Amino acid sequence: MSTLLEVKNLHAIYGQTRALHGVSFSLEEGGITTLLGANGAGKTTTLRSVCNMVRTEGEISFAGARIDGKATEEIVRLGVAHVPEGRGTFVHLTVEENLKLGSYTRKDKAEIQADMELVFRYFPRLKERLAQQAGTLSGGEQQMLAISRALMLKPRLMLLDEPSFGLAPLVVQEIFRIMRRINQEEKVSMLLVEQNAALALDLADHAYVLETGRVVMSGLADEVKNDEGVRRSYLGY
Amino acid sequence: MDFVIQQITSGLAEGAIFASVALALVMIFTATEHLNFAQGEMAMFSTYLAWTLINAGVPYWLAFVITVVISFAGGVTIEYVVLRPLARAPVLAYVIVFIGLLVIFNSMAGWIWSYVLKEFPSPFKAFATGSNLIGSHQLGVIAVTLIVLTALFLFFKFTPLGLAMRAAAQNPVSAKLVGIRVGWMLALGWGLAASIGAVAGMMVAPIVFLDPNMMAGILLYGFASALLGGISNPAGAVLGGFIFGVLQNVPTIIERLLNINVIGNELKLTFALVVVVAVLTFKPSGLFGQVRIKRV
Amino acid sequence: MPRHYYWIGLSILLALLIPYLPNPFKGESLFSDFHVFQFTLVLIYAIALLGLNILTGYNGQISLGHGAFYAVGAYVGAILMDKYDVPYYATLPVAAIVCLIVGFLFGLPALRLEGHYLALATFGLALAVPQLLKYHPLEPWTGGVQGIVLSKPDPPFNLHESLGLSQDAWIYYFTLFVLLIMFWAARNMLRGRTGRALVAIRDHHMAADTMGINTSLYKSLAFGVSAMYTGVAGALTAVAVAYVAPDSFNILVSISLLVGVVIGGLATIPGAIFGGLFIVFTPNYANDISKAAPWAVYGVVLILFMYLMPFGVWGAILRGVRALEKYRKTAKMGQ
Repeated sequence: MSTLLEVKNLHAIYGQTRALHGVSFSLEEGGITTLLGANGAGKTTTLRSVCNMVRTEGEISFAGARIDGKATEEIVRLGVAHVPEGRGTFVHLTVEENLKLGSYTRKDKAEIQADMELVFRYFPRLKERLAQQAGTLSGGEQQMLAISRALMLKPRLMLLDEPSFGLAPLVVQEIFRIMRRINQEEKVSMLLVEQNAALALDLADHAYVLETGRVVMSGLADEVKNDEGVRRSYLGY
Repeated sequence: MDFVIQQITSGLAEGAIFASVALALVMIFTATEHLNFAQGEMAMFSTYLAWTLINAGVPYWLAFVITVVISFAGGVTIEYVVLRPLARAPVLAYVIVFIGLLVIFNSMAGWIWSYVLKEFPSPFKAFATGSNLIGSHQLGVIAVTLIVLTALFLFFKFTPLGLAMRAAAQNPVSAKLVGIRVGWMLALGWGLAASIGAVAGMMVAPIVFLDPNMMAGILLYGFASALLGGISNPAGAVLGGFIFGVLQNVPTIIERLLNINVIGNELKLTFALVVVVAVLTFKPSGLFGQVRIKRV
Repeated sequence: MPRHYYWIGLSILLALLIPYLPNPFKGESLFSDFHVFQFTLVLIYAIALLGLNILTGYNGQISLGHGAFYAVGAYVGAILMDKYDVPYYATLPVAAIVCLIVGFLFGLPALRLEGHYLALATFGLALAVPQLLKYHPLEPWTGGVQGIVLSKPDPPFNLHESLGLSQDAWIYYFTLFVLLIMFWAARNMLRGRTGRALVAIRDHHMAADTMGINTSLYKSLAFGVSAMYTGVAGALTAVAVAYVAPDSFNILVSISLLVGVVIGGLATIPGAIFGGLFIVFTPNYANDISKAAPWAVYGVVLILFMYLMPFGVWGAILRGVRALEKYRKTAKMGQ
């Protein structure tokens, strides 16, 4: 079990504002780590920093090599798939085209085809809507599409930004179940940002809690789940 | 009856030119989601380059190819040097820059080659069509346009690169997240558009004579055609061009049949304007374009 | 801000004195009649630019076709003066009303258009206008390709004898007077509810709609008022230049207007003056740089402004002043 993603002393800056103050965490290969915190805590910023979508200082290493400062598209090509806030669907393109774009950087045709079949096994609804304009899909379907597109990249690491956002509870459960399967069956490591702390802590094996750009707690998901402070602030009991 | 057919075929030939310009515009729009107001002047400038080559003794088709290649390079350069720094500026900033380019190309052409009208050869004159209903150049223009169109259509619809270009234009952030090098896509789009524009210019110059202001009206017709057919659809834009080309001759046909003279040739630009406004008002996605739905 | 009014008062005073500023070296006027004429053009363009700014700067609707309204205003004025012997000052209200209506009518289909598409439609309008003006059946009124020749008005009440006031100087003062009224009116409108509604529509159309602002009405009105201002400027041109012809109202006029607004400063009122200065005087300097391609220089300047001074000259001045005030404040706090 090696460290897949290592973040050391990360600062993130938007214009004049410093959003992250020396955040450090790491993620083991094959694991699911979740970042928790209230609105504005810096969770999304952290994910965006990993892909260099925001100005950063500090060290970020992926599979042992430094990636901070690299262009977003180059980081992606190393095997990091980011499912962004708001899904990032290509709304004017069809579902099929969205999926094809996921595998844009790959050359292995047979495997790409196999991965498409895989995606349809996880999300049969997408197969029904292949020719439909992606923007007309419901929120849940778009989330499925976003995750599928990330899968088509055949990533080693998937970054997921609030996958439960704006979705009905049943849909969310289905998606989280599939995320667990993807992690176990396809061996994709995941870094999950979530406001729905209960769901996230059930899925993940490790957790970090962020408050105003700093890590205030870290540990195994089970430990964090049972922590008094976390229970009161984020789990509501 | 002959008159009507001649009007239709000349409409189709002119339409082919509008279609080429429309194609270039759709190209840039597809790649960058912007309407390039300088497209006409860039095409005109390319045509002057071709003229210089031909005048220096270079055979036509060689000059044609060289011009297309240089135009491609020019388009890429402009995107890289002039537009890249603009990045996420508002639409107005882009419009201003395009207008700036328009004005620069227009004056430079006038300065380098003067405003005296020049003749530009047609490569199709060698073939006689044996009919007085349609000329050889007209036929050639239509053929060239259809070839270019088909190539582009296949490129965008069926190749991964074409898909990547569309994605990069519509959502650069998401495109980066699937590993697309967005910067290259934009440059590619501009290069392609500049090449297509060059072809359009070289097709129109034999008809209207080479002059720095030759493309202004044609640009508007090109826009009208692209909008009519659907700005997001290359095939639609070309079809729009042909339709528009014939459409603008319809008043003439009707007037000839009824023996009156109201609109004549004088108000063609106004006619184009009316078409533009009407299409944009009643069917903004054009006859064949994709209707774009915005979910809040 | 009282200091604000001080600057306005000073500028007005300076403007009033321009025709009479003495040349320290020669003992006669610093500015010849031709120079005064040029300053009149600056003021006229300033009015036109303010019009365009209301639409594009404050309301966010891009127009590449304001030359059309300029032409309409000019021709209305010219036809009234030439065919119906209407005195020059009376042509302005008529031109204003005609352009208000025409602008409003154009604003209606424009409601469906945004950004590029609106720019395109207005671009088409600008291209079509010279053709329309040359249209054969309209020649009895428009004078066709030759246009209409007019005569410059004389200063009233024999002022040119008593005060030595030339025709050009009188027209200058008349224009200044019109400008002050129109600028004052615009300022009141833009500072009040209307102005806020226009800006709200520009910044977030959907939100403005849901807040209950009648966006369609405001947008069409913006078009109308904007056209009205530019039309009045056009009518003033007919008076000052004493000549209108179709080819003087080609696409380049529309482009110049847009350039002026951007250079002067979007969504600013004083920017219009700077824009006017730019439009009138740059061709001279551009000509010096390159005899054959002054427009190329124009184009380069335009692009450079987008990179270096996207908020225009006035925007840059405002930022400079604010930065200075901030500096002074922090310096004071440090004491």
